[in-house]
Amino acid sequence: MKMFVCVKQIPDPNTVVSKLDPNTKRLVRAGVSLVLDPGDESTISAAIKLRDTIGNSELTAISMGPASAQEGLRRALAMGVDRAILITDPALAGSDAPGTARALAAAIKKEEVDLIYCSTESTDGYTGMVPGGIAEFLGIPQLTFAREITVEGNKAIAKCVTLTGYQTVESPLPAVVTIASGSFEAIYPTMKGIMSAKKKPFVQYSLADLGIDPAQVGEAGARERVLTIGKAEARAVGQVIKDDGNAAQAIADFLQRYQLL
Amino acid sequence: MSKTVWVLVELEDGKAARSSLEVLGKAAQLGRAEAIVLGSAAREVALTLGEYGAEKVYVHANANYDNYLTLPAVDTLSALVKEHQPALLLLATTYNLRDIAARLSARNNMGLITDATDLSYEDDTLNVTVPWGGDNVVTATHSQQGTGIVLTRPKAFSIAQYAGRNAEIETLNASINPESLKMKVLERVEVQSEGPSLEDASVIVSGGRGLGKAENFHLVEELAAALGGAAGATRAIVDAGWLPYSYQVGQTGKTVKPTLYIACGISGAIQHLAGMKGSKYIVAINKDEHAPIFSVADLGIVGDTLTILPQLTKEVKRRKAQ
Repeated sequence: MKMFVCVKQIPDPNTVVSKLDPNTKRLVRAGVSLVLDPGDESTISAAIKLRDTIGNSELTAISMGPASAQEGLRRALAMGVDRAILITDPALAGSDAPGTARALAAAIKKEEVDLIYCSTESTDGYTGMVPGGIAEFLGIPQLTFAREITVEGNKAIAKCVTLTGYQTVESPLPAVVTIASGSFEAIYPTMKGIMSAKKKPFVQYSLADLGIDPAQVGEAGARERVLTIGKAEARAVGQVIKDDGNAAQAIADFLQRYQLL
Repeated sequence: MSKTVWVLVELEDGKAARSSLEVLGKAAQLGRAEAIVLGSAAREVALTLGEYGAEKVYVHANANYDNYLTLPAVDTLSALVKEHQPALLLLATTYNLRDIAARLSARNNMGLITDATDLSYEDDTLNVTVPWGGDNVVTATHSQQGTGIVLTRPKAFSIAQYAGRNAEIETLNASINPESLKMKVLERVEVQSEGPSLEDASVIVSGGRGLGKAENFHLVEELAAALGGAAGATRAIVDAGWLPYSYQVGQTGKTVKPTLYIACGISGAIQHLAGMKGSKYIVAINKDEHAPIFSVADLGIVGDTLTILPQLTKEVKRRKAQ
């Protein structure tokens, strides 16, 4: 099987408080520590697991972003992905979800594909609109919020999370599948993995390579625009205390004071 | 001129989903609200939608919408949007509606704004309010002509009543493209939880990664039970498979506004804060004094959740018994 996993390099959600640039109205990336989206680490691990179960399969990690996005792809390779594709072009800056999906779909379309893995949503933008867009541009089904996925013949079967439990959904291949983050434990790259990653195939595409009109992507193609950026109403600062053995008492006192017991 | 605002009303167990009715109320406030209902129970549900603000309802009573996900609805909506060109398609943020929105937008080149908490028209410009990051609020708009899509954050709006309003019903009978019958639902499984639901509870006790392992979640449930509340969870532990999704509080889970929210072993990722920041009182227990959850807590305890929880449950029971 030919498998793809779409990944994204994002500001480290554990250390960076994301900011918007008031002039460009885009996410501030300069001077910010970037990491492979932690949700993608789980998704990559799910894809590697299925590739190894099926056997005789190839897994390609693909990303769209500035040159720095190649770091995220290097990590994917070190985790065990076979090859990587980076789509990078100045005209892609400011792409909205459909613009991003258009670029990723165009690169995937150059090859044979059976299954495309994505995280349900990125940990910086949270729109969750890219996977469905890729599926639409490729004209294939998408199975979303999957916690388990199996392939039987020419079909993918996924257990997908619902509000009240889950549903089992079947779809013909090729298909896009989105993994609910954390459903699979992330593989930690080994030293051997990191060394071998350097020798794995790494392809880079520009928009011209993909035959995409720059007017359809990036800020030029975005169908939404930010009008204003304002401050949210902050909550009043509360009291923070260290537990000295009386924390339960302190909380109970608080509850009693506000008649919450 | 009044704008025509469409709402795709989702069906749950043969009834209109509450989240869709909330959005319909908002649509009626913005302009002329029209609903689309697709599925085997569509006709029965359509007859009730006038009272929630719809002036017109497009109905396609066909079981293929129930048994096959996304594509049949995208086909039908694409054709309808082309024909009628409403100003806006307003959708609640749910699994199915997110999937439908993503494909509709890509297929028809429609602008798409997610996670809206409010909308208004200023002359012809739509202003969409979107909370962003920890402490910003952005207003955004669609930058092209034609129908735009907005997905709204759960609980952003309340249901509106339009007593006595009767919506005009238009029956759709287009045949469904067999090519779109691809994502077949084989089985639906409900996972039941006890006690009050998260949506209704005035007290919520939630657990996160700091609990260490799934087996410790009972400590959260016991405190919730002692306080007569509901137990909730972060996306991290739901994704890890400790609990079903119905427990998840956060941007992609449930947005809750209880009187009291106790966060146990929760660091406070933005996506979690988005779902609980509206609580009246917030108490947080976490071993990391720099955890972002403390920035929204009225009372923060830096300490070991696993030690404090059973002590607190005992103390709550003792004081309640007095």
